[in-house]
Amino acid sequence: MTVLVDKNTKVICQGMTGRQGTFYAGEALEQGTKLVGGVRPGKGGSKHLGLPVFDNVQQAVTATGAQASMIFVPPTNAADAIGEAIEAGIALIVCITERIPVLDMIRVKRLLENSASRLIGPNCPGVVTPGQCNIGIMPRGIFRPGRIGIVSRAGTLTYEAIAQTSANRLGQSTCIGIGADPIQGMNFCDCLQLFLADPATDGIVLLGEIGGSAEEEAADFLRRERHTKPIVAYVAGRFAPAGRRMGHAGAIIEHGAGRADAKIDVLKTAGVHIAESPATIGATMARVLSAAQ
Amino acid sequence: MKIHEFRAKQLFERYSIPVPAGGVASTAAQAVEIAKGLGGDKWVVKAQIHAGGRHAGHFSEQAHNGGGVRFAASVDEVDRRAAEMLGQVLVTEQTGPSGEEVGQVYVEQACEVEHNLYLAVLVDRKLSRVTLMASAQGGEHIESIASRSPESVSKIVIDPLLGWQSEAMQKLVSALGFNGKILDDIVRIGASMYDMFIELDASLIEINPLAITPQGELLALDATVTFDDNALYRHADIRSLRDQGELQWGELDATLHGLNYVKLNGNIGCMANGAGLAMATVDVIKVSGGEPANFLDVPPSVEVERIKYAFELLLSDPHMKAVLVNIFGGGIMRCDTVADAMILAHQQAPITAPVIVRFAGVNAQFATDRVKGAGLPVTFAENLADAAQRVVEAAREVSPAVRRNWWARVTGRVDRDGDEGERKDS
Repeated sequence: MTVLVDKNTKVICQGMTGRQGTFYAGEALEQGTKLVGGVRPGKGGSKHLGLPVFDNVQQAVTATGAQASMIFVPPTNAADAIGEAIEAGIALIVCITERIPVLDMIRVKRLLENSASRLIGPNCPGVVTPGQCNIGIMPRGIFRPGRIGIVSRAGTLTYEAIAQTSANRLGQSTCIGIGADPIQGMNFCDCLQLFLADPATDGIVLLGEIGGSAEEEAADFLRRERHTKPIVAYVAGRFAPAGRRMGHAGAIIEHGAGRADAKIDVLKTAGVHIAESPATIGATMARVLSAAQ
Repeated sequence: MKIHEFRAKQLFERYSIPVPAGGVASTAAQAVEIAKGLGGDKWVVKAQIHAGGRHAGHFSEQAHNGGGVRFAASVDEVDRRAAEMLGQVLVTEQTGPSGEEVGQVYVEQACEVEHNLYLAVLVDRKLSRVTLMASAQGGEHIESIASRSPESVSKIVIDPLLGWQSEAMQKLVSALGFNGKILDDIVRIGASMYDMFIELDASLIEINPLAITPQGELLALDATVTFDDNALYRHADIRSLRDQGELQWGELDATLHGLNYVKLNGNIGCMANGAGLAMATVDVIKVSGGEPANFLDVPPSVEVERIKYAFELLLSDPHMKAVLVNIFGGGIMRCDTVADAMILAHQQAPITAPVIVRFAGVNAQFATDRVKGAGLPVTFAENLADAAQRVVEAAREVSPAVRRNWWARVTGRVDRDGDEGERKDS
């Protein structure tokens, strides 16, 4: 068992005919993802990458029985695309698009309430169960099927943690990049809950970063949960200056809140093991796991 | 995107939020003219920087103890206060120790204040909702008051499906102890702030303090407005308000090239693809005992020119002693694109500083071979830990005398004629 996606997950791609959509849909197919079609308004009835293209998500769902959607629609229309997927009852929506306006995402979050959909992202690398399903933009060649769950607010830093757990021969059950936008779909707690309940996951790597309070909430959640799985965390941005946006919309330290040191402290009190350097994430997990066994 | 107080107040006027009369000045003489034009016998001179806590702040290298918000009881005093602030560096709780240089002052008519309120509209990230916050105890200490006694700050959480609810605001203001015309005025200001927030895609609108004068008039004495960078594409008028004066070395150029660049105080230039990895690169340099000169996140790109620009930016930093290029190729961002950019940069201006390269992910080996094949005087690292160690070592050891031979030393090669480190320098 894995979390969120496996080899049977039927996936469509919104924005499949664009440059990014074409590239990553192709990558997904080559890695065995069950990609069953694409959506592009106005191009319904055509074929792309050998797959049917539909005018809207509802048509795609009716025709293919898709349960998941990956979205590569430009930021100006991305909120709309997520809304359409929610309306069509897509169970797992993964939005890769970055730079979606915050107010658009507030409206999307409102639609998600009382819906049957889960959203990962936006501005995220996606979700991967190695060897089974790759939704998003994570590069192949770094994964190794295994028993570590990875959940991350970062992008390429996620690959670093994946590569390190592969190099340490631990491998991954599922990797979830939730993105670092201030308003996002699934958060750390949602993903931790899935990993804690997943019998195929032995340990969890959590990659946080400065800004917001997601790490603090994760620590609260872990303190409340009775769990025995070892968790290793790395929080990026310990040496970031206050008040400056460090590339991510969410990665900003405002008025002293959101500092990495504070996040590290509360994670420690929740029993989380801290990787002091981004270069030792995999090694720390290996050490903690072997100590636990 | 942050804007200055005076620009925020100009926007307030557009939304009928009352502000004192005032004008912005870049010289003391202009400040005097503005004060004369405003009339009256008391003025406030306010340093225009992008940070709060100005009143309690101080100017570095200044004999006087005054902060960035000072009163003047005569035109001469306006002149002196403006002269004391302009061109100086103001340090406040929010600027960090390096402070911000004051390029402009805002001169306002001073008013009498009977009571100070606090009003703000912002995004509550936990709730994913736009939220209005209000307190009857406005002023510079609102943050410590709010953290000590959170109950003194009231909130209205706005459902995007329902929009602004006047009744909720009336209830809130009445609970703060106001009634009659003042209550109506505060409710109206709250509604205007919300309209402005939604129409302009703001991420924060804060009035602190919102003053009540003895005459029962409301006035926004300060104004903090920031905008959602992601939504600027639909607000050309707001985009044009960006103050470019306060960006540090390299930052404006970097922004124009679509790079996320933040200047730091150290001597190790570094770049990575992805914000998280770039932050981690800064961290790993620090943890390894080095001092990063910057944060630089190169967004995924197929454009060699843009990446070349990023690389050149690192090399041209006057404080740079060594450079770390940390690329984890994935998707459309491939290591060989970065390799090509570095080779191109080297052909135009030979690399003379120690450069440590760490390639991983898509096309890492291919990229490494290309850079080696082109004979670039750079050192390749095995992994992130190795890269950090090498760059810190290189930055520590480099000096004009040893710089010529750094590459031979770092790679452990024996110094001999035709040694690669020498060759590349010639």
